[in-house]
Amino acid sequence: MPETTASLGNPSEPLHEETLIRRIREGEHELFYELIRPYERRVYAAALAILRNEADAEDVAQEAILKAFKHIRQFRAEARFSTWLIQIAVNEARMRRRKQQAVVMEPMVNEKDEDGLYTPRDFADWREIPSETLERAEIRQKLAEALNSLGQKYREVFILRDMQQLSIEDTAKALGISVPSVKTRLLRARLMLRDLLAPGLGGGWSKALSFVKGNKPW
Amino acid sequence: MVVQCAEVWREISNYLDGEVDPQMRAAMEEHFRGCKHCTAVVDGARNVIQLYGDERMLEVPLGFSQRLHRRLEEGMPRRRGNAFGWMMALGFAALILLSFEVGNVSRPTAVDLRSDMARSGIHIPADLMVVAVSDGKIFHVPGCRFIHDKDKIQTMTANEALREGYAPCVRCLKKYLSQRQTARQNEVQSARLEQEDPE
Repeated sequence: MPETTASLGNPSEPLHEETLIRRIREGEHELFYELIRPYERRVYAAALAILRNEADAEDVAQEAILKAFKHIRQFRAEARFSTWLIQIAVNEARMRRRKQQAVVMEPMVNEKDEDGLYTPRDFADWREIPSETLERAEIRQKLAEALNSLGQKYREVFILRDMQQLSIEDTAKALGISVPSVKTRLLRARLMLRDLLAPGLGGGWSKALSFVKGNKPW
Repeated sequence: MVVQCAEVWREISNYLDGEVDPQMRAAMEEHFRGCKHCTAVVDGARNVIQLYGDERMLEVPLGFSQRLHRRLEEGMPRRRGNAFGWMMALGFAALILLSFEVGNVSRPTAVDLRSDMARSGIHIPADLMVVAVSDGKIFHVPGCRFIHDKDKIQTMTANEALREGYAPCVRCLKKYLSQRQTARQNEVQSARLEQEDPE
């Protein structure tokens, strides 16, 4: 089913992406803003997954969206526009990263061979997550650090699939890899993050942070 | 069907995505009931998905959309006008051309420029002798060092060059006009000084 978005003229009448794309090709360029609005965040997320730097990710996201506009005639209707757009962002970000390769430091997290079984390293109990957990900037910081410590191939799959809720198939298309590769990398990314976070979020950080917040230990 | 821990770990992601068959699902759930390690792993992986799936985990920088739209505006070609707009523009162009013929100073005309990127010149004396290459896009002051294909150059007035759709060279003509303006200012200044102090 084609995705829809609000019309510029009458918000009560959604325009199909297909219609928007046709009208943009015919010269109604201002409709392009409407077309990309639902995907701005995803494009930025895709670039950030690869570059790990907000300023670079924003710049690449802008370049990717502008490139999509300039090449809108090359978009083929059998693909989803969002997947095509993210593919462009992924390619742009990879190119930018290659240019920066000399200064990019790869993380030290243990990344075993993709085909081998990933064995969980930690069995700390982590049953409950209070919904307020993410209200705390310290926790968000810990989660961001854990994510950034993953290797690129795991981070990009995890961000597109679990943070931007792309389907497994769309993630595979956007990254130009196979569906089984997406599944393998996703499994590893999830388990590695669990290993990194469970000891702290299972209780360690909560106790430490509650002390920081002023609950005296005596 | 009985599954071991290693098999559970291999399928845990598919289990959470609902992508294991019912038989495997039942076997894994049976395993979880008796294995606290695998239960901790599946609970933790589920929590990871839940936490990172929260919108607060990835916030776009403040002003992201505005900056994006500004960059798009800069990158988009200007929209073409409608037929009425074109007729109005042609009408104005005709008026400007008429006044141009009467006056001695050139004005931008509605003639299509040979270069999409160039702008027509203003304040260029209409009878200034200039040179242009027949299949080129730019006209120059004679002697400009940025003339290419010097064996194909033609001499004409600035008025003729503008009518032909040539655009002024941003180097030599800009320099010529600024020198001309400076000379005029000096003349005015001298004349004023002479009036104030005739001796």
